[in-house]
Amino acid sequence: MNARPTDPNPSGGGTPAASAPPAPVKLIIDGRPVEAAPGTTIFRAAQSAGIDIPHLCYHPALSVAGACRLCLVEVEGARGLITSCAAPVADGMVVRTTSEKVLWARKAVLEFILSDHPLECLNCEKNGECQLQSYAYQYGVTGKEWPGAKREVAPDASNPFFERDLAKCILCGRCVRMCQEVQATGAIDFVGRGFSVKVTTPYDVPLEESECVFCGNCVGVCPVGALTPKLGMRQGRGAELTTVSTTCPYCGVGCRLDLKVKNGRIVRVDGGDGAANHGLLCVKGRFGWDFVHHPDRLTTPLVRDAAGRLVPAGWDEALDLVAGRFKDIVARHGPGAVAGLASAKCTNEENYLVQKIMRAGLGTNNVDHCARLCHASTVAGLAASFGSGAMTNSIDEIAGADVVFVIGSNTTEAHPVIGLKIKEAKRRGAKLIVADPRRIELARLADIHLQHLPGSDVALLNGLMNVILAEGLADMTFVTERCENFEAFRDVVTKYRPEVVEAVTGVPAARLREAALTYARADKASIVYSMGITQHTTGVDNVQSIANLAMLTGNVGRESVGVNPLRGQNNVQGACDMGALPNVLPGYQPVTDPQVRAKFEKAWGRPVPAEPGLTVTEILAAAGEGRIKGLYILGENPMLSDPDLHHVEQALRSTEFLVVQDIFLTETAALAHVVLPGVSFAEKEGTFTNTERRVQRVRRAVPPVAGSRPDWLILVDLARRLGLKADYAGPADILDEVASLTPSYGGISFRRLDARPGDATAAAAGVVPAPHGLQWPCPTPDHPGTKFLHKDKFTRGKGLFAAVDYLDPAELPDEEYPLVLTTGRVLYHFHTSTMTRRAAGLAAIFPEGYVEINPKTAAEAGLADGDPVRVVSRRGAIIIRTAVTEGITPGVVFIPFHFREAAANILTNPAVDPKAKIPEYKVCAVRLERLGAREAAAFAAAASPDVVSNVGAAKGGDAR
Amino acid sequence: MTPAEFRKRREDLRREAAARPKHPIVYVGAATCGLAAGAREVLDTLRGELDARGVEAEVIETGCIGMCEKEVLLDVQRPGEVRYTYGHVTPKMVGRIVAEHVVGGNPVGEWVVGTITDPARPYADQPTFAKQRRIVLRRCGFINPERIEDYILTDGYEALARVLEDRSRPPSWVYEEIKRSGLRGRGGAGFPTGMKWEAAAKAPGPNKYIVCNADEGDPGAFMDRSTLEGDPHSVIEGMIIGAYSYGASEGYIYCRAEYPLAVKRLHQAIKQAEEWGFLGDDILGSGFSFHLKVKEGAGAFVCGEETALLASIEGERGMPRPRPPFPAQKGLWGCPTCINNVETFANVAAIILNGADWFASMGTEKSKGSKVFALAGKVVNTGLAEVPMGITLREIVYDIGGGILGGKKFKAVQIGGPSGGCLPASLLDTPVDYDSLTQAGAIMGSGGMIVVDETTCMVDLARYFLTFVQAESCGKCPPCRVGTKRMHEILERICNGEGREGDVERLEELGTRVKQLSLCGLGQTAPNPVLSTIRYFREEYDAHIRDKRCPAMACSALVDYTVIADKCTGCTACVKVCPSGAITGERKKPHVIDHVKCIRCGSCLTACKFDAIKKTERGVRGERAAD
Repeated sequence: MNARPTDPNPSGGGTPAASAPPAPVKLIIDGRPVEAAPGTTIFRAAQSAGIDIPHLCYHPALSVAGACRLCLVEVEGARGLITSCAAPVADGMVVRTTSEKVLWARKAVLEFILSDHPLECLNCEKNGECQLQSYAYQYGVTGKEWPGAKREVAPDASNPFFERDLAKCILCGRCVRMCQEVQATGAIDFVGRGFSVKVTTPYDVPLEESECVFCGNCVGVCPVGALTPKLGMRQGRGAELTTVSTTCPYCGVGCRLDLKVKNGRIVRVDGGDGAANHGLLCVKGRFGWDFVHHPDRLTTPLVRDAAGRLVPAGWDEALDLVAGRFKDIVARHGPGAVAGLASAKCTNEENYLVQKIMRAGLGTNNVDHCARLCHASTVAGLAASFGSGAMTNSIDEIAGADVVFVIGSNTTEAHPVIGLKIKEAKRRGAKLIVADPRRIELARLADIHLQHLPGSDVALLNGLMNVILAEGLADMTFVTERCENFEAFRDVVTKYRPEVVEAVTGVPAARLREAALTYARADKASIVYSMGITQHTTGVDNVQSIANLAMLTGNVGRESVGVNPLRGQNNVQGACDMGALPNVLPGYQPVTDPQVRAKFEKAWGRPVPAEPGLTVTEILAAAGEGRIKGLYILGENPMLSDPDLHHVEQALRSTEFLVVQDIFLTETAALAHVVLPGVSFAEKEGTFTNTERRVQRVRRAVPPVAGSRPDWLILVDLARRLGLKADYAGPADILDEVASLTPSYGGISFRRLDARPGDATAAAAGVVPAPHGLQWPCPTPDHPGTKFLHKDKFTRGKGLFAAVDYLDPAELPDEEYPLVLTTGRVLYHFHTSTMTRRAAGLAAIFPEGYVEINPKTAAEAGLADGDPVRVVSRRGAIIIRTAVTEGITPGVVFIPFHFREAAANILTNPAVDPKAKIPEYKVCAVRLERLGAREAAAFAAAASPDVVSNVGAAKGGDAR
Repeated sequence: MTPAEFRKRREDLRREAAARPKHPIVYVGAATCGLAAGAREVLDTLRGELDARGVEAEVIETGCIGMCEKEVLLDVQRPGEVRYTYGHVTPKMVGRIVAEHVVGGNPVGEWVVGTITDPARPYADQPTFAKQRRIVLRRCGFINPERIEDYILTDGYEALARVLEDRSRPPSWVYEEIKRSGLRGRGGAGFPTGMKWEAAAKAPGPNKYIVCNADEGDPGAFMDRSTLEGDPHSVIEGMIIGAYSYGASEGYIYCRAEYPLAVKRLHQAIKQAEEWGFLGDDILGSGFSFHLKVKEGAGAFVCGEETALLASIEGERGMPRPRPPFPAQKGLWGCPTCINNVETFANVAAIILNGADWFASMGTEKSKGSKVFALAGKVVNTGLAEVPMGITLREIVYDIGGGILGGKKFKAVQIGGPSGGCLPASLLDTPVDYDSLTQAGAIMGSGGMIVVDETTCMVDLARYFLTFVQAESCGKCPPCRVGTKRMHEILERICNGEGREGDVERLEELGTRVKQLSLCGLGQTAPNPVLSTIRYFREEYDAHIRDKRCPAMACSALVDYTVIADKCTGCTACVKVCPSGAITGERKKPHVIDHVKCIRCGSCLTACKFDAIKKTERGVRGERAAD
């Protein structure tokens, strides 16, 4: 792992950066003159000079421990040997890293370590990758030099993800520092004294009962075999494995993964060296990959027979049927009667093909995807305010902010690795403000937590800006030079005095004021938000209010500032970029623009319709009304993800012809007329674009499951059947076509993404390598990509202040439905959990849903923690277990939407934002009903439903 | 309050004290040692007695004067008379002392253990005290440590006032003065204090800290506790002066929680000093601000190591950090920090008041001033002794300590606790200074001094210290965690009569590695007791390894208990106490010990009233069995 160096112990003694860098320190290491910046350690100075000093406890991402004693060096004139990882360089220092004395010391230390280490390399998973083994070999240490007692601790395999074999632990403390410093969880520490010291949880409780979130970053930094992933055990190790560098299929952070592969199967996932993750991962990325090899994978096309059953079919038969039926519907009802949903889980190339098929193949702009359900308001709102709907700055920049303002984002659960970035900022001294109705982990870490009511964001944000204006903290230079429509905006905001806002949001005026001052006084303030902002009928208003706040304080267009919407799925950014939206072609080029259409028509050889198409929500509504007759769904599961599921089901059942292309028989696929088996991220080539606009490679690591086909290939076959020219040799060609038509992607190609720095062949071909991906805009093949947007001027020219008044959510609590329901994700599951519930560890640790209730609300409803309860809204009812917690405001309840047995979206309100058409998942009115004795017994009996084959083995009962 | 105002207040106090009617004063030593011996009961009886008789007398609870083995100590001083000290005082004795001495003016001669005419040289007529030189302990036993006024009336905070009012020189003159005095760290390593402060002064950083290490953890050491209990302000004043010299604005006293009385008195003293304006903002109108907190340690020995101590203050597990960077450059929360021992700070005010030359006139060339030792073990007079540097070990053991208890033979003196070494009789004339002790294979340490006699086995003693450091190792670095374990295993083996040829060499090799490779002072000194006993008592190791003998008859696996038939009356007392049922025999007839069943606990030996049980070396028994 290659995490960047951080200073976890920021000293108050730092002096402000002087204009000129201080003169370098000159020293001699092993006879060679070396220069290093003052304060550099001897170890790093040596490393930069290409001299590797053996080490076990040192890790570049962690603070210095000086524990292992392996990096001792000789310094002329010093008393005794010096710990090179800790000691700073000094002018004139003469260092020896390989003197007789140093070699003696290394050997002696290794003898000590190995004398208390089980010499079981034969059966150790780490064999061949173990740093201790490698040093033992190099220095000829057998471990038998100092016989004596060894620590005897039985391996602990109690948690679903990794085994702890503390007898192998060398107490280097990397895991402890990782957990405390980077992950900021603090689940483990050293316990005990003397020879019996071990790394464990407080009171030695099992990890599952501790604070551990199973990110496995401890596993990632363990230099020996003490921490080993359970998946893939005894299936391959060391040199038997090949490594494939690819991009994580879960959230939008875009972590790089190193897939370790043997015999066509993944046996392990390590954190890859990515610009977003620097080797770090979360529990899903590291341990949630086994769905790839799950027996439920679809292995043949399925076609619904006359009896209404889905039966296996050949590929040609299935594809001919699909092409034929769609052509037939268009012929009979016109192109407006068909629609396609692209997929935020699929590659850029695949999304590009879907919209090309819909537009050029079938002649409709009825193409959209689930971005409609998560960030449509961002795309619309930020495009209006700034001219571009994407995250303005980069993930790494968050760590450099003075203030991080997180609103409506449970970052540490939904985007865990960005959560680490926020924690890093905090560790470096940044102030953290969190606005969220729930006391989420970041709220507990925050300097200020604004626990506002769901849906009151505009009032809250206007309140902050009211204070900033009243206190004279607005950046008026920025406002006047770079923005417009300020006066209209000011007139609205002036009404939102903190006392007024307190009444609407429930946030005390004083705390609001403190937050406003903290944010406004920062030199660099970064806003991070997510679906807590977007999934409202006022989603666009919310987004524009955030844009207002950033502009008002001049926090746009510089490093470590900005407005940073976190995208929920691995490629939701890319799916939007590729034009899987009803109103724009790739690169947000409007379909209404004749010149744009002309360009695409020329390239595609077919006309492109000028009228914007329908959105996801409109498509389903139209299907329900019989206006959409043919629907093609790629890798989406509206039967769990869309609001008001009863209506969704009715809509889907109303279609004449429904095609679903997916890797499992999802709730949606079960309704389809034709099911086409695609492949997972690990079985195909392509690119994903992460939340920070970074286009990264997805690489085939294992062959497609027998009978399935890479999705791009299925789409190419379909395109050809619809008469489109589609002679692509592979996804690289598709991306080249994208680049030729899309200015912001103009300089992005597989060639650049695959080239290694220093690769002579690439250099000869004029390819500028981009091993860490490319952030659009990247207009030309030599462009380095764009780290942050709106430098010097906004994409739209001037930043547009929006005068936004607070509006109530579409549905408010009343006597009949007195509570507010808000929905979201949990750490261990992803979206409709088709993948995560087929990952054994994730399914085991989090087997079922729950409704989070404040103790006061629970008491009023006569409910205790863990009781099953019926949650009822105007649209339906579900039965689910309670989780009583102080972390949520009285009167508000929360349900994660992943679980089909208790699907939150049965309850949610399909009312949409008028501009972005995004549904209001975050607010609807519900009531709680206690179950009768018989119902409760029935619920208990069905507590572990056999949804997918591995869930049956999961531990039942405990919702947390 | 300016220095002038402070002095005026002091004069007022002095006048008030002088104006008060003169009554007899009764001092009771109420430090932990006194309280443990029963001082609380003595005090209660005393107060009741005085009340009952309507006697007007002032009762002062003092810290420890040093004669720990004679506690409870009660002193009576009638106005204008000599101060008499009574030792081993019980509540029953109080009535007579009050009646005859406090009221009647006639000391109870048979209970008097000493007299004080000059508080600067208490008990000058006794060899135990004649060779002492009291600087750190000068107020212990004389003032009420809970009253800041007592401290102020004995020149307390005058040094601080002088430092702060001196506007003619930059604060650096203070550490220059300390450097010139030759004061070296009393915590053990002996680093020159002024140089440490200078290093912190030169390290950049807006925040600097000063820390007092009061985590006295060596077995048998209690110098710091006595100082904190008897004169807490002297430590605080030293810290404020140190902080001023290099610009620290905040300080911590890291005191072990096992010292509740010291913690209580520190809290009290800090509060009083704040009320008087010696702590807080703008001290004595100088513009200098300094805040002081007490942090209680949770009892880990390693937290006495300065970097582990800092980690502990920061709220982390007490584990040491590598040096360099040294705390003076990068200490508490990454800021320049000086850590000094209690005794070091307690010297500072005296040096400022009397001058560096005065201090430097005491001691040897490189070790100046005095050193407090906690004298323990097999000597007659155990307790505290503050001696001038350069005094010989012999003078401490025989003159101050009064020689070996019970007429046994001196064997060794263990100096410096688990980090120190054992010196034999041949080195009794070694002068007590940093360099001589180090050369001899021991260290000055923080002042623990344990005298052992011929009944102590040196291998067993080394094993004891290894057991201690092995249990207290934080486990962070392999040399300390594993190396001391391996050494301990070998020592266990030797003591159990299972030593092998080459074990001594293995111990030496391991010891060298642990010393050179360990991360912190704990590990770097942990082998010292082993290496020094090997150096001076090698024959004892050889006897264990080659002959399976323990010459001191201390290692239980190498001794046997045998009944001397002639002396045994068959009283069965031994049978009753034997936990393993190893003793059999008919009543009124000589008993027999089964050596197989015997676990060598020694209970029978203690229980026998007829000297009929004999402890023998295992090998010797074999010979006996033959004849």
